[in-house]
Amino acid sequence: MPDLAVIAKGLRKKFGDFVAVDGIDFEIARGECFGFLGPNGAGKTTTMRMIYRASPVSGGELTVLGEDAASGKKDHAIKRVVGVVPQENNLDTELSVRENLEIICRFYDLNRAQSRKRADELLDFVNLGERANDKVDTLSGGMKRRVLVARGLCGDPQLLVLDEPTTGLDPQARHNLWDRLHALKRKSATLILTTHYMDEAEQLCDRLVIMDKGKIVAAGKPRELIAKEVTPHVVEVWHNEPLPESSKELFALAKRVEQLSDRAMLYVDNAEEAVAAAARLLPNHETRVRRATLEDVFLKITGRKLAE
Amino acid sequence: MLLPGNINLRLATAVWRRNFTVYRHTWLLNILPNFFEPVLFLLGMGVGLGFYVGRGMGGDYLAFIAPGLMASAAMNGASFEASWNMYIKMNFSRLYDAFLATPARMQDIAFGELMWATTRALIYGGGFLIVLIGFNVAGRPIITSWGVLIVVPVLALIGATFALMGQWYTTVINTIDLYSYYWTLFLTPMFLFSGIFFPVDDIPHGRLIAWFTPLFHGVELTRALCAGPLAWVHLGNLAYMLAVCALLMWRVPIRMSRKMVK
Repeated sequence: MPDLAVIAKGLRKKFGDFVAVDGIDFEIARGECFGFLGPNGAGKTTTMRMIYRASPVSGGELTVLGEDAASGKKDHAIKRVVGVVPQENNLDTELSVRENLEIICRFYDLNRAQSRKRADELLDFVNLGERANDKVDTLSGGMKRRVLVARGLCGDPQLLVLDEPTTGLDPQARHNLWDRLHALKRKSATLILTTHYMDEAEQLCDRLVIMDKGKIVAAGKPRELIAKEVTPHVVEVWHNEPLPESSKELFALAKRVEQLSDRAMLYVDNAEEAVAAAARLLPNHETRVRRATLEDVFLKITGRKLAE
Repeated sequence: MLLPGNINLRLATAVWRRNFTVYRHTWLLNILPNFFEPVLFLLGMGVGLGFYVGRGMGGDYLAFIAPGLMASAAMNGASFEASWNMYIKMNFSRLYDAFLATPARMQDIAFGELMWATTRALIYGGGFLIVLIGFNVAGRPIITSWGVLIVVPVLALIGATFALMGQWYTTVINTIDLYSYYWTLFLTPMFLFSGIFFPVDDIPHGRLIAWFTPLFHGVELTRALCAGPLAWVHLGNLAYMLAVCALLMWRVPIRMSRKMVK
């Protein structure tokens, strides 16, 4: 068995004249959790769809679990071992929770008894055993998302693709879902996920790429990306009116300064030095220190302008 | 098992099973109208209207229209599934996206839906057949030929033909509102002018026009099987419908894949 779950070289996707994915390269190891980050329209979902063979490849090479995915000839074999948790809830509202899973199990050559057993195991796994006979519409958003995860696992996949798994969920539901994904990681499943939540990416992803306008603009481990792209600390100086002239001296201490409408963000290596300087130069302003996050990396690379 | 066109029968059956599971939840609610409709049509048109018409045509009007109405019931059953129901699964509930995330491909899904629409045609047409047998038992003979023993496969063929035509139309349109055109300009005229209510020869060029419509061939076959006489020409009706099915079986899955897989 190859060590790599997915290999992409110069992967491209065009819709007519529009280039959605513009020649990207990445490798995903077996057993790792790999993240795709990026603004809306960056090409994340399109890349996912090419991996799980819902969308033909326009150009470049793509290998999924050792099979060539670019030609489309091995789609059946690939789809057999890849599970999908889509962005959009498309559970079958005319069926019960258990039936939703049983029906999908039948697509993986399981007979009636096996499907029933697998469905009940998966419902236990996502803590929804008690809701098995309920209609899907009676579930909360977080529960529906867990059913979607369970459905993605019906075929006992070697690779699970999750497209924005926690978008729109409340904190409890998000943490509950993360817990299930950690459990899957412990079972050494390969996970690929897209997300808008930087804390989610830091929590779950071993490695990630940031996409923008169809290209990969940064790649690495979350902590490494923070170390490489931004300073370890950020000092925020809040203000109601424009900062006085004396702030220039403070800004000189920072590697990079970002001015927003209500605060200045100073990316610094030495937080103590900057805080002391701020207290001396701008004694009347509120100053806060925080650790740099992936969000700082993301905003630095993809900019603060709205993507759409 | 792979069928021609690279269709995986096991996966198609899984699609059929989903629809069957939904139907099973409400089968009693769903199946009753399949008996009301034939009874109402047969009483209203066959007995009521037939009282006046029968004198003119010198025969039992009820027995004349009943086999054709059975054929049209099969047509309607299949058409409902292949139009609105399929469009919703394709575009609104995104159910096919869920199926496409499994090993199933669009051709497997289309074939599973064809199997299901044909099943619905059999439920509709079968309901009609049971009512007709009921009339026979009650002493009002409508079925007068042993050919009726093979009418069920013909109902399935009518169902498959209209399922495929509905699927083809579903791949053409971009808004669900356009089904009203399919219904009022295609299915309803066929219902009226395919020889169910009066012989097609009674209007100028009626036979020629009717010959191009699939329902006419279905009506000819069901009538000949229920009341006789069977003739060689009925093999032509059979061949026509099989040819339409074959042509659409070749085109519809390809069109459907193009529409769904981008």
